[in-house]
Amino acid sequence: MNRNKFTNRRIFFYFLILSSSLILLIKLFFLQIIDNSYKLSAEKNVVKQEIIYPKRGYIYDRNKILLAGNQRAYDLMVIPREIGNIDTLKFCKIIDLKLESFIKKIQKSKNYSSFKESIFLKEISKRKAAKFQEYLYEFSGFFLKERTMRKYTENSCSHILGYVSQVPDYIIKSNKYYNYNDNFGITGVERSYEKDLRGNKGIEFFFRDVWNRKMGSYKNGKYDSLAINGKNLDLTIDIYLQKYGELLMQNKKGSIVAIEPSTGEILTLISSPNYDPNLLVGQNRSENYIKLYKNKNKPLFDRSLLAEYPPGSTFKLINALIGLQEGVISPGTKFPCDNGWEYNKDLKVGCHKHRSNLNLKEAIAQSCNSYFCHTFGKIISKYKNTNIGYNKWRDHVLSFGLGNYLNNDLYTGKPGKIPTQSFYDIQYGKNRWKYPTIISISIGQDALLLSPIQLANMTSVIANRGYFYTPHIVKKINDKEINNEFLIAKFCSIDKKYFQPVINGMENVISSKFGTANNAKIKGMQICGKTGTAQNPHGKDHSIFIAFSPKDDPKIAVAVIVENSGWGSTWAAPIGTLMIEKYLTGEISNSKLENFIKNATIIDDSYEK
Amino acid sequence: MRSNKVLFRNIDTQILLIYIIMILYGLLNIFAANYDNDIMILFNFKSEPFKQSIWILSSFSLIFFILLLDGKIFASLSYFIYFLSILSLIIVLFIGKEIGGARSWFNISTMLSIQPSEFAKIGTLLALSKYLSQININISKLSVQIFSLTIIFIPILLILLQPDAGSSIIFFSFLLILFREGISKYYLILAGIAFSLLIFSLKSSTKFLIISLIIILIFLLIYMINKKKLKSNLKLLLTVSIILFSYIKTINFIYNDVLKPHQKNRIDLIMGKVVDIHGIGYNLNQSKIAIGSGGLFGKGFLKGTQTKFNFVPEQSTDFIFCTIGEEWGFIGSFFTILIFILFLIKIITMAERQRSTFSRIYGYGIFCIFFSHYFINIGMSIGIVPTIGIPLPFFSYGGSSFWSFSILLFIFIKLDSYRMDILR
Ligand SMILES: [Zn+2]
Repeated sequence: MNRNKFTNRRIFFYFLILSSSLILLIKLFFLQIIDNSYKLSAEKNVVKQEIIYPKRGYIYDRNKILLAGNQRAYDLMVIPREIGNIDTLKFCKIIDLKLESFIKKIQKSKNYSSFKESIFLKEISKRKAAKFQEYLYEFSGFFLKERTMRKYTENSCSHILGYVSQVPDYIIKSNKYYNYNDNFGITGVERSYEKDLRGNKGIEFFFRDVWNRKMGSYKNGKYDSLAINGKNLDLTIDIYLQKYGELLMQNKKGSIVAIEPSTGEILTLISSPNYDPNLLVGQNRSENYIKLYKNKNKPLFDRSLLAEYPPGSTFKLINALIGLQEGVISPGTKFPCDNGWEYNKDLKVGCHKHRSNLNLKEAIAQSCNSYFCHTFGKIISKYKNTNIGYNKWRDHVLSFGLGNYLNNDLYTGKPGKIPTQSFYDIQYGKNRWKYPTIISISIGQDALLLSPIQLANMTSVIANRGYFYTPHIVKKINDKEINNEFLIAKFCSIDKKYFQPVINGMENVISSKFGTANNAKIKGMQICGKTGTAQNPHGKDHSIFIAFSPKDDPKIAVAVIVENSGWGSTWAAPIGTLMIEKYLTGEISNSKLENFIKNATIIDDSYEK
Repeated sequence: MRSNKVLFRNIDTQILLIYIIMILYGLLNIFAANYDNDIMILFNFKSEPFKQSIWILSSFSLIFFILLLDGKIFASLSYFIYFLSILSLIIVLFIGKEIGGARSWFNISTMLSIQPSEFAKIGTLLALSKYLSQININISKLSVQIFSLTIIFIPILLILLQPDAGSSIIFFSFLLILFREGISKYYLILAGIAFSLLIFSLKSSTKFLIISLIIILIFLLIYMINKKKLKSNLKLLLTVSIILFSYIKTINFIYNDVLKPHQKNRIDLIMGKVVDIHGIGYNLNQSKIAIGSGGLFGKGFLKGTQTKFNFVPEQSTDFIFCTIGEEWGFIGSFFTILIFILFLIKIITMAERQRSTFSRIYGYGIFCIFFSHYFINIGMSIGIVPTIGIPLPFFSYGGSSFWSFSILLFIFIKLDSYRMDILR
């Protein structure tokens, strides 16, 4: 068949070409000739657009005390082709710049573009900017552009707040909102709430003449969009308590985490050593960052969220609760302790000297190792085989919010470690291990790891008698209370009735003269706690203390870790009780104890070598 | 040995001339879009004008090679080339480099990336031409229609997986080939009109749309009066007009009175009606400012400002028409469109003079590709087509597309050189 009989259809194609070209031409005619608003006036006005940066949201503590505000800063901008005959030496002197870096920076700007403006010097101080402004007329091609940068009003909360810097390349690539040189929260709340804090950029179109002066808005602002300021945040942090804790922790390494058990609100989140958050603001940021990074005490490392420690004797509380729940012990159960627990000649767990045959309350108060080895053994032996028993035990432990990320609103975190059955299967072989093999887990050693915030949350569970709210850092966004899954109670697998005997024991830790933290007693306060010591293969042991108060209707749960300070009772316990007293009463009755702690320097550098 | 005389025998010089004007004018504008008050840019081997010159020069050897080949080879290799291009479209999904969210490039080296969808255009077109030019093919048979659609839709699906909606749209234009080859005209007319009107009425103001329609109808009327066919067609013309206007009104009604605000917003954003300052809306607005500021005569060569200040990064690729509009004004826009009109009409004329069905279908195929690039690219720059990132043939910066356009065109020029030969 001859399909060329359709040759007439070529007319359609001619028609297609002409009609669509006509449409293009009509539209172009409208755009280029009829619509005057696009045209340039005789002075060669140019329509330009300017990004309007929104104000970054403020950050307050729970008492509405400002932690992070904004300050005015200036970027020194340059348009290389407009640089006239300037006195380079004078220029360098005014802005404190070496000649070689001046040449380097100019070259960098030229490489970017010689007719587009680019940042010559970012975030110079107000003082320098003012000085430069005086001589501005001598330096054609340069001008100042106002912008805001962070000002942290309290020298505190460095890890919580984090810092703001230039947006990293990988973010620019994946998120259309950001442009090169935009600000971006890098760590801390600045990062986790970046989207709320940053607001939304606006854009303004206006005419500009050859002298770069604004000559009125374009199309009456039809295409402009307003900048939307960032949202303000109220943190759950109590800045008074936070600063007090930072004071106590000065010259020590470690962490304090305090939580309000009835809400999961984080009252303090301290990692020591810390640094002045303003060091990471402005022109000297990278220089300061490098200094902090190189510091051998690692001030940038957020110990409260990222360090993982074996919980030591504090973990005995969990074993006691699981023992009660599984019905293998009761508050009256007594176990012998002959300087420790002995399985056979080669397998012993030692204990300190104390009166033998303690009941549960006494065993907690005096932290008897033997008691909890027996308890753990009974829990596992209750079941047909070790695997079932261990997994049952492990499920109970996980229900305290351990061994997993907390999935909260903090920027970073660590899951810690509650070893799985397969972990031990790999280590010892399948069915080649029994409870005695891993007996030190009953006193919080072996492969157990908890981060300080998990430790504090675990304390919260005990304080609440069986549940917790996910610990979180933001209380209100733009004065509106948060409303999310953090407000839903998460229950652990232990019944409420089993907590009281354990809590009685915790009370005796401090109040009984045999208690391991009797030294940290605060007159007139009912504090329930537990000391612990985390073995540290690299040096002196870490001192641990957890506590909550008041006994009934707890207002605060706290976990303290002081690295390389030895026994839990010596350092961590007094810090814990002082924190509680400060928070609940607002004052300190035992200033001798306070001074003793405050002035102590415990930075053991031995393991760095 | 063949002599050059034989090699270039029967090569159409008019199309060559148009081609040369296009690449020179295009290069000039790429130079202008990059111009930085510094003539040295021409000699900077990393600059776009320099790289584009290299692409153009290297394409000459490719063109020479194509002209050296025996024209029969394209028909005989067409299924094989189709197969290869489909294969490369599959492979790129796995090992391709991601640019702008789509996995559509092979990264050969830092200087050289290749986009397989460009070459799939050639493969698909060759396969379609080969299939439809077989003697025993009857396009009014449903099975033939389905097979042709399969050839077209396999690459479309693969490209949508990247996902690169822009490139896949070009393949839809191949449907026009089926129309020319005799598929019932109602298929195409209906689909085409319904689709474009839908887009147009959502996109532009109704006023503008109706004015355009009236102008087109007037032209139709004049044409009919000239051909003295008015009487027989007047009824049809009237019916069509009424249907058209009521269709537009219906879309308007649904848009204004049926859709909820958030649904409307979504459509507006896709259509570029809402200014989304960081996304497509912003580019479009910038593009319109640049073109609009050109006025009648433009700001003059290298005098453009909009295309140099803070403009979108695609100013020498997808938005090259902005530089033309700004620096050469309406005169320059008109000239560019005129070149394309001549170019496209020339291709149709050439296609129609082929004795070989294969060559004719191929000719219509490249018409479809060039036409859709031309209309969508310029249309998007001035805001009457949604923002779809595809290049303007021979004008936009980019080696992969330039090569592919050149290959497409010169295969046709080679095929055309056999037009005097006996029917093959
Ligand atoms: Zn003991």
